[in-house]
Amino acid sequence: MAQAGQVIRVEHLYKAYVTPVGPFPVLKDVNLTVAAGEFVAVMGPSGSGKSTFMNILGCLDRASEGHYLLAGRSVEERSPDELAALRNRTIGFVFQGFNLLPRMSLQDNVALPLVYAGVELDERRRRARELLDRVGLGKYAESLPNRISGGQQQRVAIARALVNKPALILADEPTGNLDSHTSHEIMALFDELNSEGITIVLVTHEQDIAQHAKRQVRFLDGQIVHDGPTEVAA
Amino acid sequence: MTWAMLQEAWRAMGANRMRTFLTMLGMVIGVGAVVLMMAVGQGAQYRVNQSITSMGSNLFILLSGSTTAGGLRTGSGGVNTLTVADANAIAELPGVQAVAPLHPGGAQVVYGPNNWSTQVYGTTPDYLEVRSWPVAKGYAFSDSDVRSATRVALLGQTVAKNLFGDEDPVGKTIRIKQSPFTVVGILAVKGQSLDGRDQDDTIMIPLTTAQRKVFGTQFQGAVRLVMIQAASQDVMPRVERSINELLRQRHHIREGADDDFTLRNLTALADSAAEMTRIMSLLLGAIASVSLVVGGIGIMNIMLVSVTERTREIGIRLAIGARQGNILLQFLLEALMISILGCLIGLLLGVGGAVLVNVITGMTVIISGSSVLVAFAVAGGIGIFFGYYPARKAARLDPIEALRYQ
Ligand SMILES: Nc1ncnc2c1ncn2[C@@H]1O[C@H](COP(=O)(O)OP(=O)(O)OP(=O)(O)O)[C@@H](O)[C@H]1O
Ligand SMILES: [Mg+2]
Repeated sequence: MAQAGQVIRVEHLYKAYVTPVGPFPVLKDVNLTVAAGEFVAVMGPSGSGKSTFMNILGCLDRASEGHYLLAGRSVEERSPDELAALRNRTIGFVFQGFNLLPRMSLQDNVALPLVYAGVELDERRRRARELLDRVGLGKYAESLPNRISGGQQQRVAIARALVNKPALILADEPTGNLDSHTSHEIMALFDELNSEGITIVLVTHEQDIAQHAKRQVRFLDGQIVHDGPTEVAA
Repeated sequence: MTWAMLQEAWRAMGANRMRTFLTMLGMVIGVGAVVLMMAVGQGAQYRVNQSITSMGSNLFILLSGSTTAGGLRTGSGGVNTLTVADANAIAELPGVQAVAPLHPGGAQVVYGPNNWSTQVYGTTPDYLEVRSWPVAKGYAFSDSDVRSATRVALLGQTVAKNLFGDEDPVGKTIRIKQSPFTVVGILAVKGQSLDGRDQDDTIMIPLTTAQRKVFGTQFQGAVRLVMIQAASQDVMPRVERSINELLRQRHHIREGADDDFTLRNLTALADSAAEMTRIMSLLLGAIASVSLVVGGIGIMNIMLVSVTERTREIGIRLAIGARQGNILLQFLLEALMISILGCLIGLLLGVGGAVLVNVITGMTVIISGSSVLVAFAVAGGIGIFFGYYPARKAARLDPIEALRYQ
């Protein structure tokens, strides 16, 4: 039932975590379709299953039941290496805690996905530089992550997510560790990417962050309880 | 790709220098010990082989007197039961190539103000053939010298050096036990014997001269020992049997009575000595290898700790698209780098140690290209063998579990 232009199609998705006291259901029959070029904000109270859902979308975790089609192809029966290739080229994942490698220069951090894509050294350098320049951090290329601020680290993480030109950016509370001013700088970057045609799905708790998206999805207790276009704030 | 991974491995090693160094130390000690032991073992083997070659091939030694217990020397002191006539009779046996009767004795030798105490051998020119011992300078005495018991002497290199220094001894007169002898030649260098004696510390004079004018035996024609060379290795058992029979007959030894002579197969003795040193050097190598294994376990231990410590890093790498193979290779390379680097340092230490052993004890040590190659191959093997399990553990981590790890 895949349709052209659908980046994500999730049907009857269930996820239960295995715990010592038995399975703990977190997602219960989630259905969602995201078309190419959309900008979706995922909201909902803490513990409602947003991160669990994002991890499955990002091919970091597997669903217990249901179907997930990424760019028209089913994800369930893929091998670990195929999933790795999807994470490498099709998806760019941005974490709340940046997740840069502390012992590597910013340039090497940004270039790391290219290493796994088998890109040559010169080309890796060139593209990493280009993206660092784009997020305004070209002059810190040789610095280590701990020398720059949180907002700057998140920019580097976004540069890394973009380096293989993915069709989809997934971001789980990318501004969760940042002050509101820096948050809006980061969101401006997402707006720009979306205007260039990249599909974005982004988790946030804050309404004003969610305002950047064109569509809002609300989770409650492992289910989607609201799905509609963003209403312009009063 | 490979270069980037090598850099990564290098960086990871540098991140915890002290720990890397201590881990490496196991490899360093292991490889150092193996290289040192192999150098000493191969040196010993080389020396034994050298002595065996210098001894001459397919040799028997025939001693007067019976030795039922102990080694070569115990029985040979007693009565001189062997004669030149025995030696001549043995020479006629089939399969015997050459026979050289020997009459040795210690003597003080004097030239001018210098004197030297050495072993003097009364013998025939055949002895030089049996021992494949060429004359380096001058010439050997002849059979006619033996017949007429002339006072001529062949000097070993050690004796020549000690009596004459830089002077040319040929044509000079020395005194052996007070009697004057003309030096007719200098023997080529022979080196150490199997039992570690300096074979060049010797003088050779005609057998008859030794018997009549230097050592004076109870009855004419008696010899202390006879060296016999068989025509080939194959005939040695047959020759041994026929010599035994011949001598028992000539000496009228009744059935069941003890021999009054001792016949030994020197070549067989030498072979077993060579076998002994070979086993010894293998044993040394094997013992040293144990420390290599211990070093390998050290690497495995630290790699396991490293994988646990870097779980989050592995999670991040997996999240941005590293395949299991990439992670496996990364950790394997790291283990390999530690073991190869440790091997390199160990090699230097082992070679240094071997040189030190040589300088201090004078023992022959040999560092062969093959032992260096073996060291590297073993170190590489250990790196891969002991690095594989931790690397596989890293590669099989679940991305999301690894990312959650604090
Ligand atoms: N590995 C796990 N094992 C067991 N239970 C888990 C695990 N991860 C999450 N949970 C549980 O699943 C539920 C959903 O967690 P999830 O992280 O998806 O929520 P969330 O919506 O992202 O919350 P937040 O807004 O706080 O980030 C929570 O009750 C949580 O305790
Ligand atoms: Mg969450």
